[in-house]
Amino acid sequence: MIHRLSGLAALSLVPVAALGVFFVLPVVGMIAQGFWPEGQFDPGGVVEVLARPRVHRVLWFTVWSAAAGTAISVLLGLPAAHVLYRLELPGRRIVRAALLVPFVLPTVVVGVAFRQLLGESGPLGFLGLDQSAVAIVAGLAFFNVAVVIRVVGASWESLDPRPAQAAATLGATPWQVFRSVTLPALGPAIVSAASVVFLFCATAFGIVLTLGGVRYATVETEIYLLTTTVFDLQGAAALSVLQLAVVVVLLALTQRLRAVPDPTVERPQPTAHRPTRADLPAALVTVLLLGFVAAPILTLVAGSLRADGAWSLANYQALGTSGEQQALLAPVTDALVTSLRTAVDATWISLSMGLLVALIVTRRSLTPAERRLRGGLDGFFMLPLGVSAVTLGFGFLITLDQPPLDLRDSPLLVPIAQALVALPLVVRTIVPVLAGVDDRQRQAAASLGATPLRAVLTVDLPVVWKPLVAAGGFAFAVSLGEFGATSFLARDEHPTLPVVIYRLLGHPGELNYGMALAGSVILAATTALVVLAVDRLRVPSVGAF
Amino acid sequence: MKTLLVSIVALTMPLAACSVVGEKSDEADQDGDGGGTVVLVTHESFQLPKKVVQQFEDESGYDLQTRAAGDAGTLATKLVLTKDHPTGDAAFGIDNTFASRAVDEGVFAAHGVTLPTGAEQYALEGESADLLAPIDNGNVCVNLDTTWFADHDLEPPTSFEDLTDPAYEGLFVTPSALSSSPGLAFMLATIAEYGDAWPEYWERLMANDTLVVDGWEDAYFGDFTQGSEQGNRPIVVSYDSSPAFTIADDGSSTTSALLDTCFRQVEYAGVLEGADNPEGARALIEFLLSAPVQRELPESMFVFPVVDGVGLPPVWEKHAEQPESPYRLDPAEIAENREAWLEEWRDIVTR
Repeated sequence: MIHRLSGLAALSLVPVAALGVFFVLPVVGMIAQGFWPEGQFDPGGVVEVLARPRVHRVLWFTVWSAAAGTAISVLLGLPAAHVLYRLELPGRRIVRAALLVPFVLPTVVVGVAFRQLLGESGPLGFLGLDQSAVAIVAGLAFFNVAVVIRVVGASWESLDPRPAQAAATLGATPWQVFRSVTLPALGPAIVSAASVVFLFCATAFGIVLTLGGVRYATVETEIYLLTTTVFDLQGAAALSVLQLAVVVVLLALTQRLRAVPDPTVERPQPTAHRPTRADLPAALVTVLLLGFVAAPILTLVAGSLRADGAWSLANYQALGTSGEQQALLAPVTDALVTSLRTAVDATWISLSMGLLVALIVTRRSLTPAERRLRGGLDGFFMLPLGVSAVTLGFGFLITLDQPPLDLRDSPLLVPIAQALVALPLVVRTIVPVLAGVDDRQRQAAASLGATPLRAVLTVDLPVVWKPLVAAGGFAFAVSLGEFGATSFLARDEHPTLPVVIYRLLGHPGELNYGMALAGSVILAATTALVVLAVDRLRVPSVGAF
Repeated sequence: MKTLLVSIVALTMPLAACSVVGEKSDEADQDGDGGGTVVLVTHESFQLPKKVVQQFEDESGYDLQTRAAGDAGTLATKLVLTKDHPTGDAAFGIDNTFASRAVDEGVFAAHGVTLPTGAEQYALEGESADLLAPIDNGNVCVNLDTTWFADHDLEPPTSFEDLTDPAYEGLFVTPSALSSSPGLAFMLATIAEYGDAWPEYWERLMANDTLVVDGWEDAYFGDFTQGSEQGNRPIVVSYDSSPAFTIADDGSSTTSALLDTCFRQVEYAGVLEGADNPEGARALIEFLLSAPVQRELPESMFVFPVVDGVGLPPVWEKHAEQPESPYRLDPAEIAENREAWLEEWRDIVTR
């Protein structure tokens, strides 16, 4: 028993230490600034902030808009996951990759595209949704539906199709099959995806500001305002604590729901089936969803192809230059290379940590205490998603400033910060699948003389490969598009592409705007291509039974 | 088993080649002069052409490392939070709306640089003048789409008061004072003009269907008629230099700035208290005030020089007119009232 627990502790040492240094320490450091305003412990100021009516309004709006965004993402994402991962459709891989595009688009660019659709003179202007809560929720769903599709799709793809087939043979309608067989099996993946999406929505920043104007504020936008504009660190600390509390409550709730069903399933290689009549409703929802996601993107692409009131490629040709009146020091192409390099680092960091965490939290627990410990670890690694990038970014600056942790100017800090954001996605994609592996297979491997490593490679890896690849694509996309934490960290002369796009947008000039749009399209296309290539990677038949 | 390992190795090899870990820093240890490194902390709008930076490094013997991140507000917060362990030797990009926060917190040491002719009129008052040296300036002004007004046979507005005239109902868009630096500057300009009566002015402005959006980008590229084809508001809050960026094929500008609505923004540089290399920081500030940098400011950072006699690019000379007497507010007054003003402003525009 002691042996098991110490083994658990040893395995979790690396990821826990990493999260401790790069997450807990900075966030605690920043919150402490609010609790010790003049070096004196004074929690009164923080408590006073929590009593402000405005804080209650902000909290309420954050919770309900995030919940609404999550609900819509799940409702639209489930049918799409079925269509894109279980049906044999031409071009489904391309659509799957393309659906990750919103994830990396700079929010300002998407915000302007949304507003060109919804604004006073846009084609949807008659709906009067510009600067409304509905626009914010739609924006949140736009950015996050890909998470649901990918996390649930990865699980659905490796789901044993036989129970559903059996139910159908016994006369169940497709809906009954879905409700009584498929849905329960997908439960953990859905809860996983929904909890990640909720955290993304609850900490959304740019999209709330751009689509909501001044009328709406979330905890995240309020922390930014209090920290940088009015320098009210007590208020910011209070809201950060509030944010953490909401996240912890949410994680505790979903922990139960995420509990894995009977893992004694054998896994034949599932195959996609040809679409049938029963798939029609799901296909319709998917088409609807694609239209919803495509509309702002097409607006964007069209905008990038306009110059001087005519269709042209001038904006793209300009990407190799430094922009109108030298808006940039280096051409956009350089920034793309920097972004790709950073994304490679962020991906390997988050994948290796994520795999380790997933292995730790999915091993069968022998005692309730051990189970609670693993559950606690599982939740712990979700925390970075739920905490403000502002708090984390400034926290880096004030806590990682002295030896032995003088890391704030390290070139690895940006990829590490991005890996932290991607880590929960990686863990949530892998865990549902890994948890479904029958532990008896590992025991069998062990009793046949396999080393633990060998057991992992022959039992776990083949099952986990697909979700691992899916998670890798995710992590890559997150890193390519990440702007929040990145923008707070010191950089040298090598900015990433999103940073360059913001810089282009910061100055007037038709060409600069056109280049920003063209740069966003390039970013989107690169993401889609990389994800497409990564999705094609398949493990050479290891341990295929 | 073997194939798996081979494929993993094969996959990771090329990936490692394109990681940032192996990337060499450009500035590291190239210089043999032994002048050391000087680190500049700034916001992300800072940039200078490579040849100008090279000139500084050659002449002074220092390597210049730039740590640029975030906007002006982020920079101010960062400097205050890291004052005990500064992240560099010098800072650039603190403007007059954030200057007193940083000065009051003791972020800066005396820079000891003598200001060149012309720069002193932008200096802060009192002791702050020794701590922060003005480097550039620009004005936030209401901008008009002159072609729109010509097409619609409407006399363009000329003053703050005109913006509340029903003739211009629904034509004006401004970025939020809460999240945008030009938005804040515009609000401050109205406070400088109307004094305690500014809330009442904003009520009238909002009653005239003024649109408040998040950032300058949203306002200019999303709603302004000269910023995008979809825009439908011909009056926007922008800069005095903006008309130099909207040149039509015939060489004229399609926009103009209302010079009676401008608020002056000055950006300062200073030596950080506790810097490792204060001499280097001083040399850097002298360099920022020298003609080669001052001449580059319009094209590199879209702002005007503070030093007399450096000249402007021809298109700026012609189209970017500066106001004679822009609105100004004492930085200390801004620091003292910022929170209360913003709160009141938010109440009015979200009503």
